[in-house]
Amino acid sequence: MKEIRIVSPSGMLGYGFPKESFDRAFDQKIDGIVVDAGSTDAGPHKLGAGVSIVSERAVKKDLEIMLAQGIPNKIPTIIGSAGGAGAKQHVEDTLAILKEIIHEQNYEAKIAVIWADFEKDYIIDALDDNRITPLSNNIPDLTKEAVQETASIVAQMGHEPILEALQGGADIIVCGRAYDPSPFAAIGIYHGMDEGLSYHLGKILECGALCAEPGTTKDSILGTIYSDSFTVESLNPERKCTKTSVAAHTFYEKEHPYLLNGPGFQLDLSNCSFTEKSLGVVEVKGSTYVETEKHLVKLEGARKTSYRAFVIAGIRDPLLLANLEKVEKEVKKQVKNYYVEVPETEYEINFYYYGKNAVLGDKEPEIFQGHEVGVLFEVLAKTQELANALCATLRSTYLHYGYEGRKSTAGNLAFPFAPSDVTFGPVYQFSVYHLLEVTDNPFRIEWLEVGSND
Amino acid sequence: MTKLYEYAKVLRSKNAGPFEVTLDILFEEKEKYDHVKQSGILTKERIARLYHIEVSDIHHFVFFDQALGIKITMARDISSGSAGDRDVYGAQQHAPLMNIDIDEE
Repeated sequence: MKEIRIVSPSGMLGYGFPKESFDRAFDQKIDGIVVDAGSTDAGPHKLGAGVSIVSERAVKKDLEIMLAQGIPNKIPTIIGSAGGAGAKQHVEDTLAILKEIIHEQNYEAKIAVIWADFEKDYIIDALDDNRITPLSNNIPDLTKEAVQETASIVAQMGHEPILEALQGGADIIVCGRAYDPSPFAAIGIYHGMDEGLSYHLGKILECGALCAEPGTTKDSILGTIYSDSFTVESLNPERKCTKTSVAAHTFYEKEHPYLLNGPGFQLDLSNCSFTEKSLGVVEVKGSTYVETEKHLVKLEGARKTSYRAFVIAGIRDPLLLANLEKVEKEVKKQVKNYYVEVPETEYEINFYYYGKNAVLGDKEPEIFQGHEVGVLFEVLAKTQELANALCATLRSTYLHYGYEGRKSTAGNLAFPFAPSDVTFGPVYQFSVYHLLEVTDNPFRIEWLEVGSND
Repeated sequence: MTKLYEYAKVLRSKNAGPFEVTLDILFEEKEKYDHVKQSGILTKERIARLYHIEVSDIHHFVFFDQALGIKITMARDISSGSAGDRDVYGAQQHAPLMNIDIDEE
Protein backbone atom coordinates (compact mmCIF):
# COMPACT_ATOMS: atom_id res chain seq x y z
CA MET A 1 0.00 0.00 0.00
CA LYS A 2 1.38 3.39 -1.00
CA GLU A 3 2.07 5.80 1.86
CA ILE A 4 3.29 9.35 1.38
CA ARG A 5 4.76 11.06 4.43
CA ILE A 6 5.16 14.81 4.88
CA VAL A 7 6.80 16.48 7.84
CA SER A 8 5.98 20.04 8.88
CA PRO A 9 8.67 21.35 11.25
CA SER A 10 6.64 24.30 12.54
CA GLY A 11 3.71 26.58 11.78
CA MET A 12 5.95 29.38 10.58
CA LEU A 13 9.50 29.41 9.28
CA GLY A 14 11.54 31.32 11.85
CA TYR A 15 9.30 30.46 14.81
CA GLY A 16 11.69 27.67 15.87
CA PHE A 17 10.95 24.01 16.78
CA PRO A 18 12.64 21.26 18.83
CA LYS A 19 15.25 19.56 16.64
CA GLU A 20 14.52 16.21 18.37
CA SER A 21 10.86 16.35 17.30
CA PHE A 22 11.75 17.09 13.69
CA ASP A 23 14.56 14.50 13.49
CA ARG A 24 12.26 11.80 14.91
CA ALA A 25 10.30 11.85 11.62
CA PHE A 26 13.27 10.45 9.71
CA ASP A 27 13.21 7.04 11.38
CA GLN A 28 11.03 6.20 8.38
CA LYS A 29 10.91 7.21 4.72
CA ILE A 30 9.82 10.85 4.32
CA ASP A 31 8.63 12.23 0.98
CA GLY A 32 8.63 15.95 1.67
CA ILE A 33 9.68 18.60 4.18
CA VAL A 34 7.33 21.56 3.92
CA VAL A 35 7.09 24.77 5.92
CA ASP A 36 4.81 27.76 5.60
CA ALA A 37 6.50 31.14 5.96
CA GLY A 38 3.64 33.51 5.26
CA SER A 39 0.49 35.00 6.69
CA THR A 40 -1.60 38.13 6.40
CA ASP A 41 -2.34 37.96 10.15
CA ALA A 42 0.26 40.54 11.12
CA GLY A 43 -1.33 43.12 8.82
CA PRO A 44 -0.33 44.80 5.55
CA HIS A 45 3.02 46.20 6.71
CA LYS A 46 5.17 43.20 5.68
CA LEU A 47 3.89 43.24 2.13
CA GLY A 48 3.90 47.04 1.86
CA ALA A 49 7.37 47.59 3.27
CA GLY A 50 8.98 44.37 1.95
CA VAL A 51 10.00 43.23 5.43
CA SER A 52 9.54 40.16 7.61
CA ILE A 53 8.33 39.71 11.20
CA VAL A 54 10.76 36.89 11.98
CA SER A 55 14.50 37.47 12.17
CA GLU A 56 17.01 36.28 9.54
CA ARG A 57 18.88 34.59 12.36
CA ALA A 58 15.84 32.48 13.30
CA VAL A 59 15.03 31.61 9.67
CA LYS A 60 18.62 30.42 9.21
CA LYS A 61 18.50 28.29 12.37
CA ASP A 62 15.29 26.58 11.21
CA LEU A 63 16.51 26.03 7.65
CA GLU A 64 19.82 24.55 8.83
CA ILE A 65 17.95 21.81 10.70
CA MET A 66 15.60 21.18 7.76
CA LEU A 67 18.31 21.03 5.10
CA ALA A 68 20.49 18.74 7.24
CA GLN A 69 17.78 16.10 6.64
CA GLY A 70 16.55 17.23 3.23
CA ILE A 71 19.77 17.55 1.24
CA PRO A 72 21.65 14.33 2.21
CA ASN A 73 18.45 12.24 2.13
CA LYS A 74 17.32 13.75 -1.20
CA ILE A 75 13.93 14.79 0.22
CA PRO A 76 12.40 17.83 -1.48
CA THR A 77 12.18 20.81 0.88
CA ILE A 78 9.50 23.42 0.18
CA ILE A 79 9.07 26.90 1.65
CA GLY A 80 5.61 28.43 1.13
CA SER A 81 5.04 32.22 1.01
CA ALA A 82 8.74 32.97 1.55
CA GLY A 83 9.73 35.87 3.77
CA GLY A 84 6.29 36.43 5.29
CA ALA A 85 4.38 37.90 2.36
CA GLY A 86 5.90 36.14 -0.67
CA ALA A 87 6.73 39.20 -2.78
CA LYS A 88 9.99 39.60 -4.75
CA GLN A 89 11.94 41.18 -1.88
CA HIS A 90 10.83 38.45 0.53
CA VAL A 91 11.80 35.66 -1.87
CA GLU A 92 15.21 37.24 -2.50
CA ASP A 93 15.88 37.58 1.23
CA THR A 94 15.02 33.90 1.76
CA LEU A 95 17.23 32.85 -1.18
CA ALA A 96 20.17 34.77 0.31
CA ILE A 97 19.82 32.82 3.58
CA LEU A 98 19.53 29.50 1.71
CA LYS A 99 22.65 30.22 -0.37
CA GLU A 100 24.58 31.08 2.77
CA ILE A 101 23.71 27.72 4.35
CA ILE A 102 24.41 25.78 1.14
CA HIS A 103 27.88 27.33 0.86
CA GLU A 104 28.69 26.91 4.55
CA GLN A 105 27.67 23.24 4.53
CA ASN A 106 29.15 22.44 1.08
CA TYR A 107 25.77 21.23 -0.18
CA GLU A 108 24.74 21.17 -3.81
CA ALA A 109 21.14 21.94 -4.57
CA LYS A 110 18.84 22.53 -7.49
CA ILE A 111 16.51 25.33 -6.40
CA ALA A 112 13.20 26.17 -8.06
CA VAL A 113 12.00 29.70 -7.33
CA ILE A 114 8.31 30.32 -8.03
CA TRP A 115 7.56 34.01 -8.31
CA ALA A 116 4.11 35.28 -7.29
CA ASP A 117 4.45 38.98 -8.20
CA PHE A 118 2.14 40.66 -10.66
CA GLU A 119 2.85 43.71 -12.81
CA LYS A 120 0.44 46.64 -12.41
CA ASP A 121 -0.30 46.60 -16.16
CA TYR A 122 -1.37 42.94 -15.93
CA ILE A 123 -3.77 43.78 -13.09
CA ILE A 124 -5.17 46.83 -14.92
CA ASP A 125 -5.76 44.72 -18.06
CA ALA A 126 -7.54 42.15 -15.89
CA LEU A 127 -9.66 44.94 -14.38
CA ASP A 128 -10.64 46.08 -17.89
CA ASP A 129 -11.61 42.48 -18.69
CA ASN A 130 -13.80 42.30 -15.53
CA ARG A 131 -11.73 39.45 -14.18
CA ILE A 132 -11.26 40.97 -10.69
CA THR A 133 -13.87 40.88 -7.89
CA PRO A 134 -13.71 41.73 -4.14
CA LEU A 135 -13.33 38.78 -1.79
CA SER A 136 -16.21 39.76 0.49
CA ASN A 137 -18.94 42.37 0.41
CA ASN A 138 -17.16 44.76 2.80
CA ILE A 139 -14.23 45.18 0.39
CA PRO A 140 -14.54 47.96 -2.18
CA ASP A 141 -14.21 47.25 -5.91
CA LEU A 142 -10.63 47.51 -7.11
CA THR A 143 -9.82 50.74 -8.95
CA LYS A 144 -6.93 51.62 -11.27
CA GLU A 145 -5.97 54.34 -8.82
CA ALA A 146 -5.63 51.81 -5.99
CA VAL A 147 -3.53 49.55 -8.23
CA GLN A 148 -1.20 52.45 -9.10
CA GLU A 149 -0.75 53.33 -5.42
CA THR A 150 0.04 49.75 -4.39
CA ALA A 151 3.73 48.93 -3.98
CA SER A 152 3.64 45.23 -4.76
CA ILE A 153 0.84 42.87 -5.72
CA VAL A 154 1.09 39.12 -5.25
CA ALA A 155 -1.32 36.23 -5.78
CA GLN A 156 -1.68 33.00 -3.82
CA MET A 157 -0.48 30.11 -5.98
CA GLY A 158 -2.10 26.69 -5.95
CA HIS A 159 -0.24 23.38 -6.17
CA GLU A 160 0.18 23.47 -9.97
CA PRO A 161 3.49 25.40 -10.29
CA ILE A 162 4.90 23.57 -7.23
CA LEU A 163 4.03 20.25 -8.88
CA GLU A 164 5.92 21.39 -11.97
CA ALA A 165 8.95 22.23 -9.82
CA LEU A 166 8.82 18.78 -8.21
CA GLN A 167 8.58 17.13 -11.64
CA GLY A 168 11.64 19.16 -12.67
CA GLY A 169 13.66 17.54 -9.90
CA ALA A 170 13.99 20.45 -7.47
CA ASP A 171 15.81 19.78 -4.19
CA ILE A 172 14.50 23.03 -2.71
CA ILE A 173 11.42 24.96 -3.80
CA VAL A 174 11.04 28.58 -2.71
CA CYS A 175 7.49 29.72 -3.32
CA GLY A 176 6.41 33.33 -3.43
CA ARG A 177 2.93 33.89 -1.99
CA ALA A 178 1.07 30.56 -1.87
CA TYR A 179 -2.27 29.39 -0.55
CA ASP A 180 -0.99 28.05 2.78
CA PRO A 181 -1.92 24.35 2.20
CA SER A 182 -0.73 24.23 -1.45
CA PRO A 183 3.00 23.47 -0.90
CA PHE A 184 1.95 20.52 1.31
CA ALA A 185 -0.74 19.35 -1.11
CA ALA A 186 1.77 19.41 -4.00
CA ILE A 187 3.77 16.56 -2.42
CA GLY A 188 0.74 14.25 -2.19
CA ILE A 189 -0.55 15.17 -5.64
CA TYR A 190 2.97 14.66 -7.12
CA HIS A 191 2.84 11.09 -5.84
CA GLY A 192 -0.60 10.54 -7.35
CA MET A 193 -2.60 10.81 -4.13
CA ASP A 194 -6.13 12.24 -3.87
CA GLU A 195 -6.33 16.07 -4.11
CA GLY A 196 -8.95 16.41 -1.37
CA LEU A 197 -6.93 14.39 1.15
CA SER A 198 -3.70 16.13 0.11
CA TYR A 199 -5.21 19.58 0.60
CA HIS A 200 -7.00 18.81 3.85
CA LEU A 201 -3.77 17.39 5.26
CA GLY A 202 -1.98 20.53 4.04
CA LYS A 203 -4.51 22.72 5.84
CA ILE A 204 -3.70 20.87 9.08
CA LEU A 205 0.10 20.65 8.64
CA GLU A 206 0.61 24.31 7.72
CA CYS A 207 0.11 25.30 11.37
CA GLY A 208 2.72 22.87 12.74
CA ALA A 209 1.60 21.09 15.91
CA LEU A 210 -1.35 23.40 16.53
CA CYS A 211 -3.76 20.50 15.86
CA ALA A 212 -2.25 18.48 18.75
CA GLU A 213 -2.83 18.83 22.48
CA PRO A 214 -1.32 20.93 23.91
CA GLY A 215 -1.27 22.77 20.59
CA THR A 216 1.57 24.97 19.37
CA THR A 217 2.89 26.35 16.11
CA LYS A 218 6.43 25.85 17.42
CA ASP A 219 6.70 22.07 17.10
CA SER A 220 6.75 19.41 14.38
CA ILE A 221 3.98 17.22 13.04
CA LEU A 222 3.82 14.26 10.64
CA GLY A 223 1.17 13.59 8.02
CA THR A 224 0.75 10.36 6.05
CA ILE A 225 -1.49 10.04 3.01
CA TYR A 226 -2.98 6.66 2.07
CA SER A 227 -5.24 5.78 -0.86
CA ASP A 228 -8.50 6.72 0.90
CA SER A 229 -7.44 8.49 4.11
CA PHE A 230 -4.68 10.41 5.81
CA THR A 231 -3.31 10.39 9.34
CA VAL A 232 -1.67 13.04 11.50
CA GLU A 233 0.49 12.47 14.55
CA SER A 234 2.68 14.59 16.80
CA LEU A 235 6.44 14.09 16.55
CA ASN A 236 6.85 15.20 20.15
CA PRO A 237 5.71 12.55 22.69
CA GLU A 238 4.54 15.35 24.99
CA ARG A 239 1.75 16.24 22.54
CA LYS A 240 -1.05 14.03 21.25
CA CYS A 241 -3.45 14.39 18.37
CA THR A 242 -7.01 13.47 19.32
CA LYS A 243 -10.03 13.21 17.07
CA THR A 244 -11.50 16.42 18.52
CA SER A 245 -8.21 18.33 18.41
CA VAL A 246 -7.83 17.53 14.71
CA ALA A 247 -11.50 18.08 13.84
CA ALA A 248 -11.50 21.37 15.75
CA HIS A 249 -8.41 22.55 13.89
CA THR A 250 -10.46 22.55 10.70
CA PHE A 251 -12.07 25.68 12.20
CA TYR A 252 -8.87 27.62 12.64
CA GLU A 253 -8.63 31.11 11.06
CA LYS A 254 -11.02 30.26 8.24
CA GLU A 255 -14.32 31.96 7.53
CA HIS A 256 -16.27 28.69 7.24
CA PRO A 257 -15.79 25.46 9.22
CA TYR A 258 -16.08 22.95 6.38
CA LEU A 259 -16.07 24.80 3.06
CA LEU A 260 -12.61 26.07 2.21
CA ASN A 261 -12.01 28.12 -0.91
CA GLY A 262 -8.63 27.62 -2.56
CA PRO A 263 -7.13 28.62 -5.90
CA GLY A 264 -9.30 26.91 -8.52
CA PHE A 265 -11.23 24.71 -6.13
CA GLN A 266 -13.39 24.38 -3.06
CA LEU A 267 -12.58 21.83 -0.37
CA ASP A 268 -15.71 20.28 1.12
CA LEU A 269 -15.10 18.76 4.55
CA SER A 270 -18.77 18.36 5.53
CA ASN A 271 -18.66 14.56 5.27
CA CYS A 272 -15.29 14.05 6.93
CA SER A 273 -14.83 11.44 9.61
CA PHE A 274 -12.17 11.74 12.31
CA THR A 275 -11.15 8.58 14.19
CA GLU A 276 -8.31 7.57 16.50
CA LYS A 277 -6.50 4.80 14.65
CA SER A 278 -4.09 4.25 17.51
CA LEU A 279 -3.01 6.37 20.47
CA GLY A 280 -2.19 9.84 19.13
CA VAL A 281 -2.71 8.88 15.48
CA VAL A 282 -5.85 10.44 14.00
CA GLU A 283 -7.26 9.17 10.73
CA VAL A 284 -9.30 11.44 8.47
CA LYS A 285 -11.50 10.33 5.57
CA GLY A 286 -13.96 11.96 3.24
CA SER A 287 -12.27 15.27 2.32
CA THR A 288 -13.56 16.28 -1.10
CA TYR A 289 -11.84 18.46 -3.70
CA VAL A 290 -14.29 20.17 -6.02
CA GLU A 291 -12.82 22.00 -8.99
CA THR A 292 -14.54 25.37 -9.52
CA GLU A 293 -15.91 26.46 -12.88
CA LYS A 294 -13.66 29.52 -12.94
CA HIS A 295 -10.05 29.34 -11.76
CA LEU A 296 -9.80 32.15 -9.19
CA VAL A 297 -6.62 33.16 -7.37
CA LYS A 298 -6.47 35.56 -4.43
CA LEU A 299 -4.59 38.83 -5.00
CA GLU A 300 -2.99 40.75 -2.15
CA GLY A 301 -1.49 44.22 -2.20
CA ALA A 302 -0.69 46.94 0.31
CA ARG A 303 -0.39 50.69 -0.07
CA LYS A 304 1.07 53.36 2.17
CA THR A 305 -1.68 55.55 3.64
CA SER A 306 0.06 57.77 6.23
CA TYR A 307 2.90 58.12 8.73
CA ARG A 308 2.51 57.52 12.44
CA ALA A 309 3.97 58.93 15.66
CA PHE A 310 2.76 57.87 19.09
CA VAL A 311 3.12 58.28 22.85
CA ILE A 312 2.32 55.82 25.64
CA ALA A 313 1.59 57.24 29.08
CA GLY A 314 -0.18 56.29 32.27
CA ILE A 315 -3.01 58.16 33.98
CA ARG A 316 -3.61 57.51 37.69
CA ASP A 317 -5.40 60.68 38.85
CA PRO A 318 -9.08 59.79 39.51
CA LEU A 319 -10.25 63.33 38.71
CA LEU A 320 -8.76 63.02 35.23
CA LEU A 321 -9.96 59.41 34.79
CA ALA A 322 -13.50 60.67 35.33
CA ASN A 323 -13.11 63.17 32.50
CA LEU A 324 -11.10 61.36 29.82
CA GLU A 325 -13.42 61.93 26.87
CA LYS A 326 -14.00 65.59 27.72
CA VAL A 327 -10.28 66.32 28.10
CA GLU A 328 -9.55 64.42 24.85
CA LYS A 329 -11.95 66.65 22.96
CA GLU A 330 -10.55 69.86 24.40
CA VAL A 331 -6.91 68.88 23.84
CA LYS A 332 -7.60 67.86 20.22
CA LYS A 333 -9.24 71.24 19.68
CA GLN A 334 -6.24 73.12 21.07
CA VAL A 335 -3.83 71.21 18.83
CA LYS A 336 -6.05 71.90 15.83
CA ASN A 337 -6.16 75.62 16.63
CA TYR A 338 -2.39 75.76 17.08
CA TYR A 339 -1.81 74.20 13.63
CA VAL A 340 -4.49 76.29 11.97
CA GLU A 341 -2.42 76.43 8.75
CA VAL A 342 -2.45 72.62 8.36
CA PRO A 343 -5.56 71.32 6.55
CA GLU A 344 -7.50 68.88 8.74
CA THR A 345 -7.51 66.34 5.90
CA GLU A 346 -3.73 65.93 6.33
CA TYR A 347 -3.80 64.36 9.78
CA GLU A 348 -5.80 62.34 12.30
CA ILE A 349 -5.44 62.10 16.09
CA ASN A 350 -6.65 59.01 17.95
CA PHE A 351 -6.76 58.19 21.65
CA TYR A 352 -6.78 54.60 22.93
CA TYR A 353 -7.46 54.04 26.65
CA TYR A 354 -5.92 50.71 27.73
CA GLY A 355 -7.75 49.50 30.82
CA LYS A 356 -11.00 51.05 29.65
CA ASN A 357 -12.00 50.23 26.06
CA ALA A 358 -8.88 50.24 23.88
CA VAL A 359 -9.39 46.69 22.57
CA LEU A 360 -13.10 46.70 21.75
CA GLY A 361 -13.75 50.43 21.29
CA ASP A 362 -17.47 51.15 20.91
CA LYS A 363 -18.20 47.41 21.24
CA GLU A 364 -16.98 47.26 24.86
CA PRO A 365 -19.91 46.10 27.01
CA GLU A 366 -18.27 46.62 30.44
CA ILE A 367 -18.61 49.86 32.41
CA PHE A 368 -15.18 51.28 33.33
CA GLN A 369 -14.35 51.17 37.03
CA GLY A 370 -10.55 51.00 37.18
CA HIS A 371 -8.11 53.21 39.02
CA GLU A 372 -5.49 53.48 36.28
CA VAL A 373 -5.49 53.74 32.49
CA GLY A 374 -2.77 53.44 29.87
CA VAL A 375 -3.31 56.00 27.17
CA LEU A 376 -1.92 55.70 23.67
CA PHE A 377 -1.87 58.94 21.67
CA GLU A 378 -1.64 58.23 17.96
CA VAL A 379 -1.02 60.81 15.27
CA LEU A 380 -1.38 59.83 11.61
CA ALA A 381 -0.26 62.39 9.05
CA LYS A 382 0.70 62.88 5.43
CA THR A 383 4.42 63.08 6.27
CA GLN A 384 6.52 61.78 9.16
CA GLU A 385 7.66 65.33 9.95
CA LEU A 386 4.06 66.49 10.35
CA ALA A 387 3.15 63.43 12.45
CA ASN A 388 6.11 64.07 14.78
CA ALA A 389 5.34 67.79 15.11
CA LEU A 390 1.66 67.19 15.90
CA CYS A 391 2.54 64.41 18.31
CA ALA A 392 4.94 66.65 20.28
CA THR A 393 2.31 69.37 20.54
CA LEU A 394 -0.40 66.87 21.48
CA ARG A 395 1.77 65.38 24.22
CA SER A 396 2.80 68.71 25.77
CA THR A 397 -0.75 70.08 25.52
CA TYR A 398 -2.21 67.04 27.29
CA LEU A 399 0.54 66.98 29.92
CA HIS A 400 -0.19 70.52 31.04
CA TYR A 401 -3.88 70.82 30.18
CA GLY A 402 -5.82 72.56 32.94
CA TYR A 403 -9.11 70.71 32.85
CA GLU A 404 -11.99 71.79 35.04
CA GLY A 405 -11.57 70.67 38.67
CA ARG A 406 -7.89 69.74 38.29
CA LYS A 407 -5.78 69.53 41.48
CA SER A 408 -2.58 68.07 40.00
CA THR A 409 -1.31 71.27 38.44
CA ALA A 410 2.20 69.87 37.79
CA GLY A 411 1.28 67.37 35.05
CA ASN A 412 -1.38 64.91 33.81
CA LEU A 413 0.71 62.03 32.47
CA ALA A 414 3.20 59.44 33.76
CA PHE A 415 5.60 58.65 30.91
CA PRO A 416 7.39 55.31 31.19
CA PHE A 417 10.22 56.40 28.90
CA ALA A 418 12.32 59.36 27.92
CA PRO A 419 11.94 60.45 25.21
CA SER A 420 8.21 59.91 25.29
CA ASP A 421 7.43 60.28 21.58
CA VAL A 422 8.00 57.38 19.17
CA THR A 423 8.45 57.80 15.43
CA PHE A 424 6.71 54.79 13.91
CA GLY A 425 7.19 55.22 10.15
CA PRO A 426 4.73 54.48 7.35
CA VAL A 427 1.31 52.90 7.89
CA TYR A 428 -0.09 50.54 5.24
CA GLN A 429 -3.50 49.21 4.26
CA PHE A 430 -4.57 46.14 2.29
CA SER A 431 -5.55 47.99 -0.88
CA VAL A 432 -5.90 44.79 -2.90
CA TYR A 433 -7.67 41.73 -1.51
CA HIS A 434 -9.54 40.49 -4.53
CA LEU A 435 -10.07 37.42 -6.66
CA LEU A 436 -8.50 37.23 -10.11
CA GLU A 437 -9.81 34.88 -12.75
CA VAL A 438 -7.00 33.20 -14.67
CA THR A 439 -6.97 30.83 -17.63
CA ASP A 440 -3.22 30.12 -17.85
CA ASN A 441 -0.77 29.52 -15.00
CA PRO A 442 0.55 33.02 -14.16
CA PHE A 443 3.34 31.80 -11.82
CA ARG A 444 6.82 31.71 -13.36
CA ILE A 445 9.50 29.21 -12.28
CA GLU A 446 13.18 30.12 -12.24
CA TRP A 447 15.83 27.39 -11.79
CA LEU A 448 19.09 27.88 -9.86
CA GLU A 449 21.97 25.47 -9.30
CA VAL A 450 23.63 26.42 -6.03
CA GLY A 451 26.61 24.81 -4.32
CA SER A 452 30.10 23.37 -4.75
CA ASN A 453 30.95 24.74 -8.20
CA ASP A 454 28.68 27.79 -8.60
CA MET B 1 -26.13 30.50 36.15
CA THR B 2 -23.46 29.06 33.83
CA LYS B 3 -21.62 31.33 31.50
CA LEU B 4 -20.54 30.36 28.00
CA TYR B 5 -16.84 30.60 28.84
CA GLU B 6 -17.30 28.05 31.64
CA TYR B 7 -19.24 25.73 29.36
CA ALA B 8 -17.07 25.82 26.21
CA LYS B 9 -13.68 24.20 25.81
CA VAL B 10 -12.41 26.77 23.33
CA LEU B 11 -13.77 30.28 22.91
CA ARG B 12 -11.60 32.37 20.61
CA SER B 13 -11.44 34.95 17.86
CA LYS B 14 -9.04 35.38 14.97
CA ASN B 15 -8.78 37.07 11.60
CA ALA B 16 -10.16 35.08 8.69
CA GLY B 17 -8.21 37.17 6.22
CA PRO B 18 -7.71 40.91 6.85
CA PHE B 19 -11.36 41.89 6.29
CA GLU B 20 -13.16 39.39 8.53
CA VAL B 21 -12.98 38.20 12.12
CA THR B 22 -14.15 34.72 13.02
CA LEU B 23 -15.40 33.53 16.41
CA ASP B 24 -15.01 29.85 17.31
CA ILE B 25 -16.90 28.17 20.14
CA LEU B 26 -15.89 24.52 20.63
CA PHE B 27 -17.17 22.00 23.17
CA GLU B 28 -15.63 18.94 24.79
CA GLU B 29 -18.88 16.99 25.20
CA LYS B 30 -21.60 16.41 22.66
CA GLU B 31 -24.31 17.11 25.29
CA LYS B 32 -23.01 20.64 25.84
CA TYR B 33 -22.71 21.32 22.13
CA ASP B 34 -26.23 19.98 21.54
CA HIS B 35 -27.61 22.06 24.42
CA VAL B 36 -26.24 25.29 22.97
CA LYS B 37 -27.21 24.33 19.43
CA GLN B 38 -30.78 23.40 20.37
CA SER B 39 -31.49 26.06 23.01
CA GLY B 40 -31.40 28.95 20.56
CA ILE B 41 -29.22 31.00 22.92
CA LEU B 42 -26.94 31.89 20.06
CA THR B 43 -28.53 33.51 17.05
CA LYS B 44 -27.35 35.89 14.37
CA GLU B 45 -29.55 38.60 15.91
CA ARG B 46 -28.03 38.14 19.35
CA ILE B 47 -24.48 38.33 17.96
CA ALA B 48 -25.36 41.44 15.96
CA ARG B 49 -26.68 43.13 19.13
CA LEU B 50 -23.67 42.07 21.18
CA TYR B 51 -21.18 43.44 18.66
CA HIS B 52 -23.23 46.53 17.63
CA ILE B 53 -23.34 45.38 13.99
CA GLU B 54 -26.02 44.64 11.39
CA VAL B 55 -27.17 41.04 10.87
CA SER B 56 -25.90 41.40 7.29
CA ASP B 57 -22.37 41.98 8.65
CA ILE B 58 -22.41 38.37 9.86
CA HIS B 59 -21.10 36.48 6.83
CA HIS B 60 -21.28 32.96 8.27
CA PHE B 61 -23.03 31.42 11.27
CA VAL B 62 -22.47 27.66 11.11
CA PHE B 63 -22.83 24.68 13.44
CA PHE B 64 -20.37 21.86 12.59
CA ASP B 65 -21.41 18.67 14.36
CA GLN B 66 -18.26 16.60 13.70
CA ALA B 67 -16.09 19.15 15.48
CA LEU B 68 -18.70 20.02 18.18
CA GLY B 69 -18.23 23.63 17.23
CA ILE B 70 -19.92 26.85 16.19
CA LYS B 71 -18.32 29.36 13.85
CA ILE B 72 -19.42 32.96 13.44
CA THR B 73 -17.64 35.09 10.86
CA MET B 74 -18.24 38.82 10.67
CA ALA B 75 -17.05 41.80 8.68
CA ARG B 76 -14.35 43.93 10.22
CA ASP B 77 -15.12 47.68 10.49
CA ILE B 78 -11.47 48.40 9.70
CA SER B 79 -9.19 45.93 7.92
CA SER B 80 -6.34 44.33 9.87
CA GLY B 81 -3.42 46.65 10.54
CA SER B 82 -4.93 49.71 8.82
CA ALA B 83 -5.09 53.07 10.59
CA GLY B 84 -7.73 52.84 13.31
CA ASP B 85 -7.58 49.05 13.78
CA ARG B 86 -7.42 48.01 17.44
CA ASP B 87 -6.62 44.31 17.13
CA VAL B 88 -4.35 43.37 14.20
CA TYR B 89 -4.71 39.58 14.64
CA GLY B 90 -8.34 39.87 15.74
CA ALA B 91 -7.38 37.67 18.68
CA GLN B 92 -9.26 39.46 21.50
CA GLN B 93 -12.65 40.03 19.92
CA HIS B 94 -14.29 37.02 21.60
CA ALA B 95 -14.62 38.67 25.02
CA PRO B 96 -18.24 39.88 24.62
CA LEU B 97 -19.36 36.25 24.08
CA MET B 98 -17.88 34.96 27.32
CA ASN B 99 -20.61 36.09 29.71
CA ILE B 100 -23.59 34.77 27.74
CA ASP B 101 -25.77 32.86 30.23
CA ILE B 102 -26.31 29.39 28.77
CA ASP B 103 -29.11 28.49 31.22
CA GLU B 104 -31.47 31.26 30.15
CA GLU B 105 -34.79 30.30 28.68
